[in-house]
Amino acid sequence: MFRKIKQMTSLLAVVAVLFGFATESFAAKKSKTLKNTIKAGFVKCGVSQGLPGFSNADASGNWTGVDVDVCRAVAAAVLGDANKVKFTPLSAKERFTALTSGEIDVLSRNTTWTLSRDADIGLTFVGVNFYDGQGFMVRKSSGITSTSQFKDGISACTNIGTTTELNMRDFFNSKGISYEPVAFEKADEVVAAYDAGRCDTYTTDKSGLAAQRTKMSNPDDHIVLPETISKEPLGPVVRQGDAVWEDIVRWSLNTMIEAEEYGINSANADSLKTSDNPAVKRIVGAEGEMGAALGLDNDWSLRIIKQVGNYGESYKRNIADTGILPDRGPNEIWTKGGLLYTPPAR
Amino acid sequence: MNAKLKKIVPQLLTLTFVALVFGFFSYNAQLNMENRGISFGYGFLSQESSFDVQFSLIEYDGSHSYFRAYLVGLLNTILVSVIGIIFATLIGVVVGIARLSSNLLINKAAAYYVEFFRNIPLLLQIFFWYFAALRALPLPEDAEPIFGVIFLTIKGLFIPAFIWNNLNIFLYSLLAAIISTIVIRSYSKRLREAKGKQIPVLYISLGLIVGLPLLSFIIGGVTLSFEIPQLVQLAKTSFRFNGGLGLPPELIALTLALALYTATFIAECVRAGIQGVSKGQKEAAASIGLTPNQVLKLVIMPQALRIIIPPTTNQYLNLTKNSSLAAAIAYPDLVLVFAGTALMQTGRAIEIVSITMLTYLTLSVSISILMNWYNKKIAIKEK
Repeated sequence: MFRKIKQMTSLLAVVAVLFGFATESFAAKKSKTLKNTIKAGFVKCGVSQGLPGFSNADASGNWTGVDVDVCRAVAAAVLGDANKVKFTPLSAKERFTALTSGEIDVLSRNTTWTLSRDADIGLTFVGVNFYDGQGFMVRKSSGITSTSQFKDGISACTNIGTTTELNMRDFFNSKGISYEPVAFEKADEVVAAYDAGRCDTYTTDKSGLAAQRTKMSNPDDHIVLPETISKEPLGPVVRQGDAVWEDIVRWSLNTMIEAEEYGINSANADSLKTSDNPAVKRIVGAEGEMGAALGLDNDWSLRIIKQVGNYGESYKRNIADTGILPDRGPNEIWTKGGLLYTPPAR
Repeated sequence: MNAKLKKIVPQLLTLTFVALVFGFFSYNAQLNMENRGISFGYGFLSQESSFDVQFSLIEYDGSHSYFRAYLVGLLNTILVSVIGIIFATLIGVVVGIARLSSNLLINKAAAYYVEFFRNIPLLLQIFFWYFAALRALPLPEDAEPIFGVIFLTIKGLFIPAFIWNNLNIFLYSLLAAIISTIVIRSYSKRLREAKGKQIPVLYISLGLIVGLPLLSFIIGGVTLSFEIPQLVQLAKTSFRFNGGLGLPPELIALTLALALYTATFIAECVRAGIQGVSKGQKEAAASIGLTPNQVLKLVIMPQALRIIIPPTTNQYLNLTKNSSLAAAIAYPDLVLVFAGTALMQTGRAIEIVSITMLTYLTLSVSISILMNWYNKKIAIKEK
């Protein structure tokens, strides 16, 4: 009996080794990044230096957030374990250089998808994991309830090197208001300066405002104004020139969104393997050969759903339950009136 | 011949090696950029920058080019460096002399100041001054006026702006006063050396420098009025000052931190310089009847300066380079505006970083050349 078990384990080990080699040799032909990731045993992921709800490290160094979950999904798909991710915190300034130089392989750091970034500097955006827009935060005591009450000479704290600086200029110019931009390199300093009273308003993506508000000395003293002055589709980015890796990251994200659309979550994913709906069966890997096209096995998407969860679970865990943005707004599945719409996985 | 060859070969080898290393890196960079579909070029400098800058010495807004943004950053770097160097030198000289004081209190106070500020990382000091200032300074509406017209608030230092009429006449009169002062000084020096006669140069110079510009007011049609900063309300609890001249708190905090930090090193240079002049010089000067002031001015300082200048030059260079820490507290210097915002908007890392490095190199070399010229000027001229 014991002998038999032992035999079986060794057989399994052999199969695993063979399988491992098979994946690697297949991938080696197509994607250098995939090959290197499998060899290293972890996904190299660039995240923010601390934005609650998106990518934030707790005291013991565990990263959480919706941006973090994208990298975990990639790790679950490629390496079979969502925890095999090495996170590199990056400033807005460093992020693109870190990606193009190969220090990281996925940049999942609340980064706005724009034409010039996509086309000009060797990056490829693979999708949108958060639909955002730029807004303004002010002190409640100021009595300002709308951007129409802004007056000449208002000082606005923000981060450098983001689309924020450009949108801010467009906004104030179109309103004909003169303003004083105070731009810091790191978000923590922006918050500290605004909190101290250096600026009348703090502007960045609304999700960022909601998240940073929790860091203020007295969060209830501040409100986010209702106006949204820009569209900021945030999403993961990869280097240009590795189409297979690009597809893997894109479809890891799409899997999370599509799983929510079809009601597949981490709890019921296994049982849905016998679902009547072929679309559901494809997502959990019970039908079709979706993994092969990406150089992965067929359980890649099932692992994502089981280990990371679908998009809704990730949103609830990181953004809604932490009180940052309980209302999903545009970040709802299209069938429920939101903007999340993925191409079908077939 | 053989000896000559021996000299040349190692030099050639070194040169080849440097060229090869440089060639390898540029080839590698080129290859990598090509592989990743990144283009290379400086054409972006003429494109519209589309971002605004808080504080600028020249007219600038987002409709200007990236090159203009570069100039804005460069000028801001130069501004904070120049102000910083002036204050660091003043504080440094005073503290350096104070460290040699026979008064125990002054002596110890200077020593503690040096040890304290020298041994704390500069970035921390910058953060301290900035956030301490932000916490300590009043909001615009609570600011108590200094002399009735100056307001120091969390949003900056607001001072009256000068509104000149016929400013050029005033400047010409000032220039004329300075030139005639220089002429009179050299004449009095010759007079003293030739005939041993002393004329009161100081009073004549003062009279000229005050008198001539004053005359330009009376008969030159020069007028000066002040624009005093006015408090305006932006919202229920939000105010600011308009009019006058506003200096951002970032500039003040940065200057303060840089000056106080660098002054400690300059103080040590000054102390070393003065102690480096042998005691006999002072005693000899005193024995021929010079007053203590004259001893310091005519005997000690000229010799001490030769020791002080070269290490102080290093401190000036350090201060200029350290000013790049401005990025941490939102002072729009070269690093923040150009190697920060512009780099990220364009994504042209190699181009922008190379320009920035060259700029700092040029700044440092310029300061070196200036200080070396001054050093040569005061060096012992052997005849």
